[in-house]
Amino acid sequence: MLTTDKKRLQKRHRAETRFRAYGVLSLMAAAGILFTLIYSIVSSGYTAFYRTTLLLDIELNAERIDVTPPYSRNALMQGRYSSLVKSALYAQFPEVTDRRARRELSSLLSPGAELAVRDYLIDHPDSLGTTIALEVPMSSDFDQLYKEHLPRSGENIRFSGQQLQWFDRLLEEGRIAYRFNTQFLFGGDSRYPELAGIAGAVAGSFFALLVCFLLSFPLGIAAATYLEEFAPKTRLTRIIEANINNLAAVPSVIFGLLGLAIFLNVFGLPRSTPLVGGIVLSLMTLPTIIIATRASIRSVSPGIRQAGLAMGASPVQVVFHHVLPVAMPGTLTGTIIGLAQALGETAPLLMIGMVAFIANVPTTPMDPSAALPVQIFLWAESAERGFVEKTSAAIMVIMMFLIMMNLLAVIIRTRTQGKSKVE
Amino acid sequence: MMDYVMTADSTDTNDNIIRQTQDSLESEASASRTDIKMTAESVSVFYGAEQALDDINIDIHSKQITALIGPSGCGKSTFLRCLNRMNDVIDGCRVSGRITLDGEDIYAPSVDVVSLRSHIGMVFQKPNPFPKSIFENVAYGPRIHGLAQTQDEIEEIAIRSLKKAGLFEEVKDRLHAPATGLSGGQQQRLCIARAISINPGVLLMDEPCSALDPIATARIEDLMWELKESITIIIVTHSMQQASRVSQQTGFFHMGVMAEVGTTEQIFQNPVDPRTRDYITGRFG
Repeated sequence: MLTTDKKRLQKRHRAETRFRAYGVLSLMAAAGILFTLIYSIVSSGYTAFYRTTLLLDIELNAERIDVTPPYSRNALMQGRYSSLVKSALYAQFPEVTDRRARRELSSLLSPGAELAVRDYLIDHPDSLGTTIALEVPMSSDFDQLYKEHLPRSGENIRFSGQQLQWFDRLLEEGRIAYRFNTQFLFGGDSRYPELAGIAGAVAGSFFALLVCFLLSFPLGIAAATYLEEFAPKTRLTRIIEANINNLAAVPSVIFGLLGLAIFLNVFGLPRSTPLVGGIVLSLMTLPTIIIATRASIRSVSPGIRQAGLAMGASPVQVVFHHVLPVAMPGTLTGTIIGLAQALGETAPLLMIGMVAFIANVPTTPMDPSAALPVQIFLWAESAERGFVEKTSAAIMVIMMFLIMMNLLAVIIRTRTQGKSKVE
Repeated sequence: MMDYVMTADSTDTNDNIIRQTQDSLESEASASRTDIKMTAESVSVFYGAEQALDDINIDIHSKQITALIGPSGCGKSTFLRCLNRMNDVIDGCRVSGRITLDGEDIYAPSVDVVSLRSHIGMVFQKPNPFPKSIFENVAYGPRIHGLAQTQDEIEEIAIRSLKKAGLFEEVKDRLHAPATGLSGGQQQRLCIARAISINPGVLLMDEPCSALDPIATARIEDLMWELKESITIIIVTHSMQQASRVSQQTGFFHMGVMAEVGTTEQIFQNPVDPRTRDYITGRFG
């Protein structure tokens, strides 16, 4: 009897140990996958925050820029800077005189180089007529060469032997520098990877989320409060409740099609704008907010409602004075999580045309714009090697925003937990 | 029977008050018998198809404490909740019969339930202060009923209510601290202060001490004695000792009917109904 007991006991212990091992294993697998994901994104993306520049001595000749006094901002904007930059580069290599060779040489420079000169001159109009030493961006290929993302030799080499010699000489002379890429953080999108920035997408996402919040937060709270506190429990309200829950499970691309059909085609709202993006995203966050708000309203102690009613407060006063303030942390948490989901949503934005190439940073929700996830999509599709690191860097940026939003939700939840638990 | 009441008295902390009052009870009760604050005439309550109360009749005397006692589920809380129409919010609850406050039918269509509840305050079994500051709890009623125009007036009412509830001295240094930080007994006294802040004529108390320790209970009972001077109190209680200590009139509920109603002395010392006798002597309940 005792021995059989022992056997069974051992068997049970083994089963328990096994089960625990499975749990630890699956956790480790999940952590491993997450780590791999983050590692691959960060390792391929962090270089996008830096770019390679070339130090050139540029003679700011008014005649060659083709500007006449007064040197207004507008005039300077329309000046021609291309030849200035090129001659500054040619001056480094006086032995290169051949037209073809010079063209090869000038491909070391980014089209952004002349813009850098222009911007410098606009900021320092007094320097006109002098020679300045300015660090201008190098073209994406040489940027990638410096970052060792492109090979110096092999089958698909993108550089001629002479270009590599020039590059090495500039490197020896200390004219090539590796600088923090402010343009990536504060600039708009560009066809040239070395000039592409994420600010347009960040602003687009910000405006879309703002519109989404302004629409879905009040609507969601109103709907949840009505359903939870005032609506008669009839068949109709039950159907509505079930459908709100269903709405949360609808594929997002369908919301995009709805937005295309209704907001763009029927109401004629401007295409590609964060305004429409925000409206479409609010359709998606609404169910999330409603469900979270209803749950937190339901968890408010009935004693508080009774106390309010017994004090002669009207049902509306009870809701606004007592129930909603207590339910607010849960509502806010749900809202932030809903907005975080919306921030990562791509498909509905593709449908309403937020996938267009837009170089300007939007300043209002009515300006055409990209959004962060769409920007990632766009860059990931691009053929240039330089966009690979940009894609990863954009993913890092969106992940940072997501982590911040989720952290905020956690903070709100833990901060108010003590308060709302006491009845 | 007498033994029972005596034991209850001797364990009480307010022997003096109780004895004094019980001495003067007869005369006081008969004097105020003419003064009736609320009446219930053949009140029946249904939850859906189920009948919870059947033909309840009682007169509530003004500025007295009426205790409603009876075993669990006998309908005494249901009846109490009819008196300020708190049953209105329960789905499928139907009240028939007539309940009057100062001669007016409180279920008349012309009666606004919100203003009715400002005349009939209520204190619940579990202390349920609003999750706001102590001050906000007592300032809320005056504010929503427009009893005060200025902040000073509101403050005055709030402090007066806290003083009446015997809580002011304990909380005067932390009026703006959260009410949920108070002890259970303090929270319940805060709820009483909140209820009386809007000067109700009637105060309903639904087992106000069942979640409190004996010391806190004694304080609440003291308070009820003081409030009785200006307010009509109806208390539902599980504790027969409490009913005998604080009330002048007692109604005994049994399975949805009012088995017996009379002066507390008569109910506890000379019950007529056999069910009351059995309950009071502890044969059931």
